[in-house]
Amino acid sequence: MAKQPAAVIGIGQTHHRAKREDVSMAGLCREAMDRALEDAGLTLDEIDAIVVGKAPDLFEGVMMPELFLAEALGAAGKPLLRVHTAGSVGGSTAIVASSLVQAGVHKKVLTVAYEKQSESNAMWALSVPIPFNMPVHAGAGGYFAPHVRSYIRRSGAPNHIGAIVAAKDRNNALKNPYAHLHNKGTTVESVMASQMLWDPIRYDETCPSSDGACALVIASEDVAASSPNPAWIHGTVMRSEATSGAERDQVNPQASRDAAAVLWKQAGITNPIDEIDMAEIYVPFSWFEPMWLESLGFAEPGEGWKLTESGATALDGRIPVNCSGGVLSSNPIGASGMLRFGEAALQVRGQAGEHQVDGARRALGHAYGGGSQFFAMWVVGSEKPSS
Amino acid sequence: MRDVAVVGFAQRQMEEFDGSPTCVELLVPLFAECYEQTGWTRKDVGFWCSGSSDYLAGRSFSFVQAVDAIGVTPPVNESHVEMDLAWAMYEAWIKIQTGEVDTALVYAFGKSSAGVLRRTLALQLEPYTMTPLWPDTVSLAGLQARAGIDAGLWDETAMAEVVNRSMGDAEKNEYAVRKGASSVEELLARPMYADPLRKHDCAPVTDGAAAIVLAAGDRARDVRDKPAWISGLAHNVDPMSMGTRDLTRSPSAAVAAAGAGVDGVEVAELHAAFSHQELVLRRELGLSDDVAINPSGGPLSGNPMFSAGGIRIGEAAKKIWSGEAAKTLGHATSGPALQQNLVCTMEGRA
Repeated sequence: MAKQPAAVIGIGQTHHRAKREDVSMAGLCREAMDRALEDAGLTLDEIDAIVVGKAPDLFEGVMMPELFLAEALGAAGKPLLRVHTAGSVGGSTAIVASSLVQAGVHKKVLTVAYEKQSESNAMWALSVPIPFNMPVHAGAGGYFAPHVRSYIRRSGAPNHIGAIVAAKDRNNALKNPYAHLHNKGTTVESVMASQMLWDPIRYDETCPSSDGACALVIASEDVAASSPNPAWIHGTVMRSEATSGAERDQVNPQASRDAAAVLWKQAGITNPIDEIDMAEIYVPFSWFEPMWLESLGFAEPGEGWKLTESGATALDGRIPVNCSGGVLSSNPIGASGMLRFGEAALQVRGQAGEHQVDGARRALGHAYGGGSQFFAMWVVGSEKPSS
Repeated sequence: MRDVAVVGFAQRQMEEFDGSPTCVELLVPLFAECYEQTGWTRKDVGFWCSGSSDYLAGRSFSFVQAVDAIGVTPPVNESHVEMDLAWAMYEAWIKIQTGEVDTALVYAFGKSSAGVLRRTLALQLEPYTMTPLWPDTVSLAGLQARAGIDAGLWDETAMAEVVNRSMGDAEKNEYAVRKGASSVEELLARPMYADPLRKHDCAPVTDGAAAIVLAAGDRARDVRDKPAWISGLAHNVDPMSMGTRDLTRSPSAAVAAAGAGVDGVEVAELHAAFSHQELVLRRELGLSDDVAINPSGGPLSGNPMFSAGGIRIGEAAKKIWSGEAAKTLGHATSGPALQQNLVCTMEGRA
């Protein structure tokens, strides 16, 4: 049995900020949801099911907050699911929502992913001493810095590649009115001059901590027929690998490589760099752009940094990456993956405004989480998939 | 819709698990049991999905280490819900319905004894006006039980009858952590715990884990002579607000039952963690008096958080496998006072 066709017909996101003290958790979600519903031309009453995604509950201090949010999110009287797959959750949540339509169970599904990090402290929540484990207290940057050092050693990349990514994404964010950071005048030099936090990751090469949400309306073929510009789902994939394993390659994890291979096959893509028009890739620390370019097959192993250095990942480059400003410019963790998936859909719908890639017809949305064990990706296109 | 069946089930229930809150030590033997039941290896499993709670484990990303129980290579098609096993099973059922995979193994775990469960669950409430009052789970259930008594819908005797039957049935369940029938009179003579609830009206704090195996079509027939074919699977949620909903009702349970279709059900395993909730659910699900309720002893004999709902489905599936019943029902709930509900009906077919 084949999957039923499904498309994104509504996209909404919040203005992301360090502290959205003007809204509650429910208000934050509704800001994104209401925009997505307006975009889709639907009301909440017309939605069949709600799928909520967010990262650890310790980020806000509420256990399973979707339960208290159920009524405010319009889920009362409907099926409500809550997905949590670490940092990849925004992507996984969009995939679960899509599968409800692809399975033929629902026709109009609304999915929302959020994080209101100002309610708590993400660094604390990530580093809370764990029973039966030695505390590391490293936070995400301390965890990933050795992976980046390993990448630099293996690839021989020059030291300024991360700064190129950061300067590009921060300047792209200036074209995105929803982005958290609007740091004008960011240059490779200014990034290189910023404080070293976790060698080799500098302050300007790290993602912010944001309050924000993203919502998508995913619809069946007959519902999508009334949309002027649906973003058709050409492929979805989730892959996870174990944390412990002597052979694990944390720089280029097998789960990531396997996921990409399955995704490209589903979408009928043999040469991603030529067949994908733009990519929204989960880059919380600048160096992950070249790392994931390689893992995803946009470049050969060890060559990803050359794509970045050549300007190929710029808005007008061969394979524009993170035209929205990416995770480096807005990072409400639970929503960050869905923002990647949503920005990819915006591009193929021609709705990305100032950060639109001309003629984008097929785009990649990508998210990863944990310590690079969890991956979620999709390909969306302006044309209905042929198979 | 594809024909999908429950073909494997394994569980552990215990008063206090002497191990980590991530329960990896419980999952490895559970998976081994599932492989033994199905004749599969991990490579036969097309999709994995787990259910658990970070707050129960006292840490972020508690499910991450559970993935290690699956094994290292190759990476797996995997997801996680911050919900009971029953909803993890729902996600897997959906995945099979898309045609992407034919098989799934879903699991869940929780070490309720790691903290004070009734206080931990208070963190599930509306955080601005309710959680600061720390209304604990047992007290909220007491309010619900009282509302029903005041409305004349049930009385303490009816609640004691539920307990007495459950404790008697639990004697045959090797995983029960509380068991032993007495009499309604003897139960009613015991002291109040959270008036009108006595301790036996409340499920015991239970640690544990469980796993369910799903398979479509011929993959299911290859595993068992009598797969428990899923004939209906639906879930729904009510508003949480305790002040505005009628606590004697659970509309979402009724909607889920209507969606799943309960006609002809002979055995129902209900996730009623408090005796009076069985009475609420019987009414909402529209179960007639001749339906056998919780022959396993039900949640009053053992209620491991995040797997107890799925265990109801597993217990109901076993009745199909054994040929004891032709149609059974498993129910799961989440949230305070039966806020969110899932109903799964299963049939044996020739």
